[in-house]
Amino acid sequence: MPRTMHLAAHFPGVNATTVWADPRSRSQIDFSSFVHLARTAERGKFDFFFLAEGLRLREHNGRVHDLDVVGRPESLTVLNALAAVTERLGLAATVNATFNEPYELARRLATLDHLSEGRAAWNVVTSSDAFTGENFRRGGYLDRADRYNRAAEFVATARELWDSWTPDGESRPFAHDGEQFTISGEFTVPRSPQGHPVVIQAGDSSEGREFAASAADIIFTRHGTLDAGRIFYADVKARLAAYGRQPDDLKIMPGVTVVVGDTDAEAQEQAYEIRRQQVSPQNAILAAEQLWGTDLSAYDPDGPLPEIDPVIDSGLVKGRVLHGDPFAVVARWREIAAAKGLSLRQTVIETTTRQSFIGSPQTVAAELTAFVDERAADGFILVPHLTPGGLDDFVDRVVPLLQESGAFRSEYSGSTLRSHLGLAEPVWKG
Amino acid sequence: MSARTPLHLAAEIGGPPHYDAGHYLRLARLAEGGALDYVTLGDSFARPGLDALAVLARVAPATDRIGLVPTVTTTHTEPFHVSSAVASLDWVSNGRAGWHADVSTTEAEARLFGRRSAAPPAALWQEAGEVADVSARLWDSWEDDAEIRDTATGRFIDRDKLHYVDFEGSTFSVRGPAIVPRPPQGRPVTVIDATSAPARAAAARHADVVHIRATTPEQAAAVREELRAGAAAHGRDPDALRVLVALTVDLGDVETAPEPGLESGPQLAGRGTYFRGGPVDLADLIAQWHRAGAADGFHLTPITPERDLERIVNGTVALLQHRSLFRTFHPGGTLREHLGLVRPASRYAAPKAAAASSASSKEA
Repeated sequence: MPRTMHLAAHFPGVNATTVWADPRSRSQIDFSSFVHLARTAERGKFDFFFLAEGLRLREHNGRVHDLDVVGRPESLTVLNALAAVTERLGLAATVNATFNEPYELARRLATLDHLSEGRAAWNVVTSSDAFTGENFRRGGYLDRADRYNRAAEFVATARELWDSWTPDGESRPFAHDGEQFTISGEFTVPRSPQGHPVVIQAGDSSEGREFAASAADIIFTRHGTLDAGRIFYADVKARLAAYGRQPDDLKIMPGVTVVVGDTDAEAQEQAYEIRRQQVSPQNAILAAEQLWGTDLSAYDPDGPLPEIDPVIDSGLVKGRVLHGDPFAVVARWREIAAAKGLSLRQTVIETTTRQSFIGSPQTVAAELTAFVDERAADGFILVPHLTPGGLDDFVDRVVPLLQESGAFRSEYSGSTLRSHLGLAEPVWKG
Repeated sequence: MSARTPLHLAAEIGGPPHYDAGHYLRLARLAEGGALDYVTLGDSFARPGLDALAVLARVAPATDRIGLVPTVTTTHTEPFHVSSAVASLDWVSNGRAGWHADVSTTEAEARLFGRRSAAPPAALWQEAGEVADVSARLWDSWEDDAEIRDTATGRFIDRDKLHYVDFEGSTFSVRGPAIVPRPPQGRPVTVIDATSAPARAAAARHADVVHIRATTPEQAAAVREELRAGAAAHGRDPDALRVLVALTVDLGDVETAPEPGLESGPQLAGRGTYFRGGPVDLADLIAQWHRAGAADGFHLTPITPERDLERIVNGTVALLQHRSLFRTFHPGGTLREHLGLVRPASRYAAPKAAAASSASSKEA
């Protein structure tokens, strides 16, 4: 019998993974798109539906980035509305701990948990950039350590608020006096159906892992390969004991992309076509500009790579995370382009991260199952490339195979997200 | 004001707190059945209850027409979050959102946040006005046709149609643009309760709908004129303002009431004038005041929503409909349409005529 896995649906994001030029692509903002994907996920008996957040539109070279999907509604409002059109599906909101206050956010999350009868989750993220801060009273900048200090104290404070009513409905005053927050009074919401909404931590850094081990129920990771996943999994699970927690108390769920075809070969063709769609000629220039750190608008995407050196810390790109040493990456791109005779755009397509799982329904189901059996993950957050129908094929063709083999549930056994995840209700600390 | 001006009716569905959606859903559907313009749901950090905007987001997909107006306080919540949440309520309700702006005056509320001390109402209302201002700018910061999905140039948006708002308030600043595209109504409806004096200036300047307190039709008419003059002084069209008289309504135990009508008695739930009587008495009062040109309508706060809202809808409203004084269904789909308010153009969009002439001059 395989280990049973957990599955979540990520609404397509405001980045180049999401293909908007496909004729099947629909609105990223109409409520009907959210309903479609959430109902698809619930039909597939998924654990939860996931919404990302960004508090400032991304910029490139001092202007709003215009090549990817832009704009989305605020997460918690959408999830409260989705609670009306779904019954069992968990509802996870990404909400920033830097630009919110514990009292108000704990209240909004407890409200979602009440209105959804125990299906709320909070993906805790932090920001350190003054760029996003320009939209907020607090403005300014937090250094990296302070981000996690604030996030950790934020989560601990929220838990104090969620515990401030007794389980039998009596409100008690709270007082929190810490480095980041000094607050007191009465919480306006009784203990919610899950006790505490499920807490998700996104981020792979050492501080992030430690924070997750101490305080989160789920870690949303980027580690998409089997080997990297196993190392990450072992590392994170080993950190739990120090906090008096069991390995099963923290679920590891990488964000993954899946392409399903009739055959493995057809799926590979589709996967290449999706990557080609993701890298339009304009996006190829943009990807190169992000790497080189300078204006490359004069270059032809169908021509050779720029011969100039990358520029470090040019400030060209705002509101997105960069990875790796630009000189090393440029050198690798040049090798690939020379070896295969590729243009700039073809090189970007070639170096774009391949989808995590590509194949026939049988292949994809087997690989997902192996990933979980070999302890590279406890489940997956699926990131579709199309709004809103991007998980239709997965739910119709892969989920039944997973259910048949016992790798995934055929029915929900409980009504709360905690019950889907096999997480205990938190002990009340009055 | 012409006696033929359409009558607008709204009702508060808050009261003793409930922590399940079903209670609020039943009341909202009841109000929708009566073709009311909107329901309000009060909120405060100072007393038990769920987040009101969240409750009405939960109600939105389970209703079709009724306007949804939660209280949103501006004192401790980030202005950017206020704007995003109200815009999102407009998206999930397909254009039925409003917000009732309010302030948090107490030291107890300030201690829940630990960021600032309590401030006098005048200062808080100035800030609330600024929050209403920046919210409207953020809602305008995406022009309606900013999303182009132009495959030829690879552009999803025309970024010339997204705008920084660069708002500098007395206590905060916001750069923009919004993270939420322009809401279906352009700008969701801003409601301000001007029964307290410090709120009145913000109401004249920023509100689409104002709730007022009055004990006679003459007094209501005078306050209405004052608000319209205030709006005009800020360069607004006074006809784009709806003034509703706030009544706290007790329709129970009619037999024991000495005389139906307005009382200066206890103000239990709302901030309006206290009315006690039967559903028919209330319909008579509404008809008489409206005929006298006292107001554009009424915002009714039942002291016991479970009991009194049903009596309002099936008694008072049914009678007004029977007398052809109130609509029997919602002809429009959005809250602005119910209120007879036009959908505003974005302040950042080039005026249509100018855009057309520059296009034609290019062709020439």
